Amino acid sequence: MQIVANIIVLTSLYALVASGYVLVYKVSRVLNLAHGELMILGAYLLVATSAGITSDPLIAIALTAVFSIIVGLSVYLLLMREMTGQPVLAAVLTTVALGILLRGAMVLIWGPQQLNVASMLSFENASVVLTDSIRVSTASLWLVICTVVVYLGLLAFLHMSRWGMRMRASGQNPLLAAQRGINLHTVYALAWTLSTFSGSIAGVLVALDSRLDVNMAVIGLKAFPAALVGGLDSLHGALIGAGVIAVLEVLLIHYVNPLLSDVVPFLVLIAILIVRPWGLFGTKEELNRV
Amino acid sequence: MSNTETGIGKIAPVRAVAKGDGGNRTAWMGLIVLLALVPLVASPFHLDIASQIFIAAIGALALMVLTGIAGQISLGHGGLMAAGAFTTGILYKETGAGIWITLPASVVAGAVIGLIFGLPSLRLRGVYLAMSTLALHFVVIYLGGEYEFASGASTGIFLDPPVIFGYELYDGQAWYYALFLLVAGTYWGCSNLLNSKTGRAWEALHANETAAEALGVQVARYKLLAFVITSGIASFSGALFAYYQSFVSVEAFTLFMSIQYIAMIIIGGMGSLTGALLGAIFVTLVPYCIEWLMETVPYFGLDISTASSASHAAFGLLMILFLVFEPSGLIGIWKRTVARFSSQSKKEGVQ
Repeated sequence: MQIVANIIVLTSLYALVASGYVLVYKVSRVLNLAHGELMILGAYLLVATSAGITSDPLIAIALTAVFSIIVGLSVYLLLMREMTGQPVLAAVLTTVALGILLRGAMVLIWGPQQLNVASMLSFENASVVLTDSIRVSTASLWLVICTVVVYLGLLAFLHMSRWGMRMRASGQNPLLAAQRGINLHTVYALAWTLSTFSGSIAGVLVALDSRLDVNMAVIGLKAFPAALVGGLDSLHGALIGAGVIAVLEVLLIHYVNPLLSDVVPFLVLIAILIVRPWGLFGTKEELNRV
Repeated sequence: MSNTETGIGKIAPVRAVAKGDGGNRTAWMGLIVLLALVPLVASPFHLDIASQIFIAAIGALALMVLTGIAGQISLGHGGLMAAGAFTTGILYKETGAGIWITLPASVVAGAVIGLIFGLPSLRLRGVYLAMSTLALHFVVIYLGGEYEFASGASTGIFLDPPVIFGYELYDGQAWYYALFLLVAGTYWGCSNLLNSKTGRAWEALHANETAAEALGVQVARYKLLAFVITSGIASFSGALFAYYQSFVSVEAFTLFMSIQYIAMIIIGGMGSLTGALLGAIFVTLVPYCIEWLMETVPYFGLDISTASSASHAAFGLLMILFLVFEPSGLIGIWKRTVARFSSQSKKEGVQ
């Protein structure tokens, strides 16, 4: 039964990270390969806040959320805005470059060593006993809760609010959307902000659960197959894709070979790209437009 | 709608070899003679950098043909180089095979993997193709890691210096000349290929796949051919890398390596073979410049981990600057400079 709990926690993590990929791709057709680094940056922002401003965990986390919003907004305004209207590939390569830049900068600022964020915040990551045989850590529990809240919030936002409708419209047909008076730059900036925000939540919770170092950005890369399996422009697809990848990973680590767990998500990715490139729930017409 | 996913810089592919251009040819010959004389004066340290540049240049030429000319993006270039390095390493370790067996075997292995890399390209474009090559990168690295683990060589495979015609390729000068010849050969081969039917087919399918097909270009065949040929070359440079380092390990072939090669073709200038060479020089020199800078500027202080992170950050920044401000790369800057001076001299001639 512990395995089921592990799968649910890992699914939440991948789903939360994958939602960032989906948001940006759904709205602006840009694949953000710097998402893993932006996610870790969120955790480092928490380190900076707790060391420099306040050591109260709740206030520090709230401030981190504000900072991550500022980061997401400035990534779009300072960098990705320049790439709007450029060939899609130039934009993707720009995000690759941004990822490398952030990775280097984070080591230069915070050092290469692992940081114990939980002890910095005096956050006690006690394990919670759910039943006799199932235990999860407090941070993991928060991760599951946050993922549920973020997904419900995003789905409601995208389908019920005016701005959500504008975002979906811009994703479906930017030209028509712009003709109808939607400001594409505002919508894209909103997508980047939300994506960085949800990524930062994931980064903070992962860092609280274990420790923090720059190499954890690889989680972003592993969450990517989840987003693609579900369909890059489908939010609920990302949830299911995350489930598929998490089940495979946990079972492989447990029963077969831990080394294999690093590569199987990518084998699934290749398989889905060959059989059904637009993913389980993605829109088929996408491919012609890319 | 034109299909220009890789239309970074939006410049038409530039033919580097200008036929019948006497001045250009003299310049090339002069450059070759100059480069041939370098080892007589250079220190071993500089020869080492030059050899690294040569190995990078072979890989960059391959990626330039694939991405810059044929328009097929690949994020798995490091994986292909790993395939070549591991083919060489495994063959040497298991059978003690010489360089005349390992190098061709690496090329063949690379070509076969290139065929597999290329198959998704028949259905996928742009971002999706980039993802499938990225995924294959991880698969190749995993297989290499599995071999290291299974064979008990968990730190890597050691290689002895290769023996060519009874002469052991060991010192820096010998490597310099051997690699120099190989780069020249690769460049010559690639530029001839671009001036052939195959090269024109690649440019056509890069510019517009549908139109190319309508004009009778067999798109699927030429796409796969592009992957097979360039992967063979990339794998070849991986094998050379293995021999040069006399050591093979998965740790060397990170995702960062693939990104470095992409940086080379972006910084050099998309669509130009000369650009690939310039990019290889530039990208190889960046870490050394950073180290030099950190040594000279007292504030930073030299530390291995910060030096590599600083060069990561510098790469990111440079790629962004080129993508945003100079999408046609170094070759674009060069052409503009030449054009400015030649137009000035023309004006002066008129006056």
